Amino acid sequence: MSLSVAIRHQYPEFSLDASFDVGAGLTAVMGRSGAGKTTVANAVAGLFRPDEGKVLVAGETLLDTSASVDVPAHRRRIGYVFQEARLFPHLNVRQNLLYGKWFARASGAEFDRIVEMLGIGPLLSRRPSALSGGEKQRVALGRALLSDPRLLVMDEPLAALDAQRKAEIIPYLERLRDDAGKPILYVSHSTSEVARLATTVVMIDAGRVVACGGAAEVLSDPSLARAMPIREAGAVLIATVAVHDEADGLSELTVSAGSVFLPKVRAAIGAKLRVRVEAHDILLFKDAPIGGSALNVLPVTVTSIRQGDGPGAIVGLMAGDDPLIARITRRSVRNLGLTPGEACYAVLKSTSVAAEDVGAA
Amino acid sequence: MTDWLSPDEWQAVALSLKVALWAVVISLPLGVWVAHLLARKSFWGKSLLNGLVHLPLVLPPVATGYILLSLFGRRGPVGGFLEETFGLVLAFRWTGAVLAGAIMAFPLMVRAIRLAIEAVDPKLEQAAGTLGASQLWVFLTITLPLILPGVIAGAVLAFAKAMGEFGATITFVSNIPGETQTLPSAIYAFLQVPGGEASAFRLVGLSIAVAMAALIFSEYVSRRVADRITGK
Repeated sequence: MSLSVAIRHQYPEFSLDASFDVGAGLTAVMGRSGAGKTTVANAVAGLFRPDEGKVLVAGETLLDTSASVDVPAHRRRIGYVFQEARLFPHLNVRQNLLYGKWFARASGAEFDRIVEMLGIGPLLSRRPSALSGGEKQRVALGRALLSDPRLLVMDEPLAALDAQRKAEIIPYLERLRDDAGKPILYVSHSTSEVARLATTVVMIDAGRVVACGGAAEVLSDPSLARAMPIREAGAVLIATVAVHDEADGLSELTVSAGSVFLPKVRAAIGAKLRVRVEAHDILLFKDAPIGGSALNVLPVTVTSIRQGDGPGAIVGLMAGDDPLIARITRRSVRNLGLTPGEACYAVLKSTSVAAEDVGAA
Repeated sequence: MTDWLSPDEWQAVALSLKVALWAVVISLPLGVWVAHLLARKSFWGKSLLNGLVHLPLVLPPVATGYILLSLFGRRGPVGGFLEETFGLVLAFRWTGAVLAGAIMAFPLMVRAIRLAIEAVDPKLEQAAGTLGASQLWVFLTITLPLILPGVIAGAVLAFAKAMGEFGATITFVSNIPGETQTLPSAIYAFLQVPGGEASAFRLVGLSIAVAMAALIFSEYVSRRVADRITGK
């Protein structure tokens, strides 16, 4: 299963020229607003026709302007979850879910499984107007899945929801990524969503693809920090649950560079997790710090330093096999005498990792 | 009901109902199609079509009737063709009254349906497309159910308008009792003869009742458009 996209489009004040090839799993298209993310998603789904372009899904050509191939949206079999759920107001939840089935080739006993996975069984006879934002989005997700798509496109599916509703839906998206076996193209400007969900990240900046690769590498690449809001920059650590300490309410997780303690996570021992570590939560020390309150001290090696125009600098680090990034001041870089190749210590407060930044790997 | 209307009056009322009903039935599919074109498509000559649809609203009805007579009269280009090919005669027949009523009511019908279509979020239609529905299916399963109250409102307005059509009808098909003498033509005829005021008065009352009922019904149905679209 693969998705191959190459599109070029000239707007009056903006040119889009994006191409990437990605495999299975959840591919996040990220970048600032206005970078062209939604245009890419719409071109894949057939809702927008670029000046020039090629879109291949699983080897099948859906768009090839040079060969005059342009499969209409309704024959592309691409499920689309929009930012606003776009449920049909005159149909109840069950009818909304089954809408795509009228046109899908495959009809299976999928319905019950998907309804159960999304936890929408009790809503089936309701009208969309009687649903909360989070419920609507889950129904929209189910509706797209039940249309038997070969690829799911989601355009900022969580952007219209508050933090609580987001936290309610993210586990379903994780399950979808891991169980459904459908590749997902996920448009988002939120680094935390991407860190939590993405297998692969395609970073778009001003209409160009500036990076395409594994989530951990792309998110911890200091040179890409400018394509995302700097306050949200952060890397992903892959960790395994080692011990739960009930008395202190902590969990010990094993990472490649040692172990870290986090507020107790809801996962079984041995479970693999991805932990988002925000760049501004990491402190750097030249020598092993003594007598501090922080529980997590990891030996790291500086891989790169990127200084921008502001007072800050982004330091790329290697903690064992996991890349990290730290955002510190330029003055600190100078004072510590940090240079690539230098060994130092990264300190992370356990309490600075929010519960919603820990998810299934 | 027949005891307070004379047979002549009753004949006019029955004919009006028949003419108005047929006028709505034959023009409704075309009205929905044209309203959809005007609301959702962009094409060359759109403002021309829009003008043409609304022309009967602003043109003197007598002028419309005269144009119909020239085109659809037995020696007119269209009328001659219809008679030779289908044996269908419109001039001075009740079928001609149907055509006149339909054309005069068409702008009102299209306007109501067009407003209803414009109230439907195109994003819903787009979403239906991504779920595998072709344009026709999107229209039948999403757009049409959502605009149904607007279609009914348009049909009711058109019915009332066709029922009251006078100028174009009398010019095109004249005022033949039992064939083309509709309610307004009958009122006009009764007013031309001494002692006809009582009959005219009853028919005017009836016209008011029919018009009011149509307006109230269409208002009630229109109000349900919003409820339906928000899913209440």
